[in-house]
Amino acid sequence: MSEDLEFAFALVLSGASIGLMYSLIALGFVLVYKATDAINFAQGEFVMLAGMIVVSVLGFAGVPLVVAIIVVLAAMIGFGFGLERVVLRPLLGRPVVAVIMATIGIAAMLRGLGPITLGIETRALPLPIGDEPIVIGPASLPPIQVLGAVVAVVFFVAFSWFFKKSRMGVAMRAVADNQQVAQAMGINVERYFAIAWAMAGIVSAMGGIVWGSMLGVDVQLALVGLKVFPVVILGGLDSIGGALVGGLIIGVVESLAAGYLDPYVGGGTKDFAPYVLMILVLMVRPYGIFGRRQIERV
Amino acid sequence: MFHRESGVFKTTYSADMALYPLPIAKWTVVVLAAIFVVIIPLAVHEYYLSILNLIFIAIVGALGLNILVGYTGQISIGHGAFMSVGAYTAANLAVRLGLPFWITLPAGGLMAALIGVIVGMPSLRIKGLYLAIATLAGQLIIEWTINHVPAISGGAQASIEVGRPSLFGVSFNTQGHLYFFLLFFAVLAIVATLNLVRSRVGRAFVAVRDQDIAAEIIGINIYRYKLLAFAISSFYAGVCGVLYTYYFGIANYEQFQLIVSIDYLAMIIIGGLGSVLGSIFGAIFVTLLPIAIRIFMEDVGSLFFTQAEMANVISGLRLGVFGGLIIFFLIVEPEGLNRLWRNIRSYFRVWPFSY
Repeated sequence: MSEDLEFAFALVLSGASIGLMYSLIALGFVLVYKATDAINFAQGEFVMLAGMIVVSVLGFAGVPLVVAIIVVLAAMIGFGFGLERVVLRPLLGRPVVAVIMATIGIAAMLRGLGPITLGIETRALPLPIGDEPIVIGPASLPPIQVLGAVVAVVFFVAFSWFFKKSRMGVAMRAVADNQQVAQAMGINVERYFAIAWAMAGIVSAMGGIVWGSMLGVDVQLALVGLKVFPVVILGGLDSIGGALVGGLIIGVVESLAAGYLDPYVGGGTKDFAPYVLMILVLMVRPYGIFGRRQIERV
Repeated sequence: MFHRESGVFKTTYSADMALYPLPIAKWTVVVLAAIFVVIIPLAVHEYYLSILNLIFIAIVGALGLNILVGYTGQISIGHGAFMSVGAYTAANLAVRLGLPFWITLPAGGLMAALIGVIVGMPSLRIKGLYLAIATLAGQLIIEWTINHVPAISGGAQASIEVGRPSLFGVSFNTQGHLYFFLLFFAVLAIVATLNLVRSRVGRAFVAVRDQDIAAEIIGINIYRYKLLAFAISSFYAGVCGVLYTYYFGIANYEQFQLIVSIDYLAMIIIGGLGSVLGSIFGAIFVTLLPIAIRIFMEDVGSLFFTQAEMANVISGLRLGVFGGLIIFFLIVEPEGLNRLWRNIRSYFRVWPFSY
């Protein structure tokens, strides 16, 4: 393989693994949107909160990682249920804009109060996976990226099974499809709304662990959430497979832009290219690659 | 204000649309003018004047955002970026060409309006959450561009220092001078908005917000009015950015990050969507809140936190309280402080009788 090709391969591989980690977070967003039609602008803050809970629990001497993971899962599930009950349920039936602004309010609250209560300074989240880069062909990846990608794929398989086969998942699809009909068939719609938020909490907990381990845990961790929007717009807001594909595309585009364009413009294209791509998608195909073609145009 | 409508019978549409709905409103305006133009500048300490100045700037921005979100029903999470467009346009014109403020100010506003129309373009095809995400992308792209293009941002630390504005050889150097400078623009913005919302254009905006399909059927060109709303709203935002630049003496993109867009959304939600008075209440409330938190924390917080932590705690608390208030008002009182004010007023209208 020539040197150029090797460089491109390394960029694509690294981008794809980061992209899978994006799709893990995007999954939380999609789950909520699919079931409840609510747009969660606080997804990144969920991830930040989960990361902060993990490092805070680990901060007590002698607490093993497994316990911390159990604690954070329980905490985020409780948080999801609570949030749905206190904030989202009173807003049912209100305009989309009200729900958007409420989640922006949640984001601001978490970003403001999270660091005060759980620690302001940047802390490392060590995972027992070593530092040796994993070599794949001509490229090598840090183990945390590989782990993140694996976790993402596992979650996708699990959620695909959940929605296809399990009773709860089928009920949830029914709720997503048509709330009134679902209610008429005896499905407790509000309960499934709460479950959707709790599942977003679970996904964010895992996202918080892998992203927190990669970037370190502080308030900046919430900025990961901004990358969710290009991913879900590209993949389609209500498609789980779309989140996976969208994440891969955004990750690769970002990595290629950073590799090839950064030398010319002096860095930072990584934070720029996904949004340009997103604007293009919004202009041409706003429902994304796999999304339902149900967009009201006026 | 506290006046009674007894005996006022409007018989024409123009009387119903008048800027002063009641004769006594003129006197209210005169009294307010006397307080703000004569009494406050003479009686109030410079520090409080500086707070009032910040409120005046915030009023301009909040009115602009309210025209878009409250009156037209389009959402924008990109207003911080529109302000930065206005700020850098004015700063570049003022520093490189040495132009006076009465040219840079409208120029900054027009530039922001142009960018606002471009960012608002997706609103023609999409709405609701898609528009929110598109304007969010606009915010991030504009932030990135200003930060990475030295031709706009003036190189080092992406900030440009600007001199104080001057008129007829008088430079607005002190807070007292800036008070009159900013008061003028705040009043101009208020009057312009009051006139806008009672005009044909303002009513078309409200029609688009309430039911866009119905609006189109009764002959409102919604493409035109949506873009017009974006243009007017970003013009206000641009002017607000220019005023910030002149007030602080520096244009810096860090003053106009995503968090500023959220601050302004908080203002109009807390104050009251779709109301001029609400924008003013919101601007006052959101400007005073961090000051109140700082005073409170300096007294109480020093018991719990060290001096070094305090800055982080105060900024975090400010954000947290904003978020909580946004949620609280959305759930409990969607019409905001303006509604509370109206409730008080209608109670006193028939006071001391119950109805």
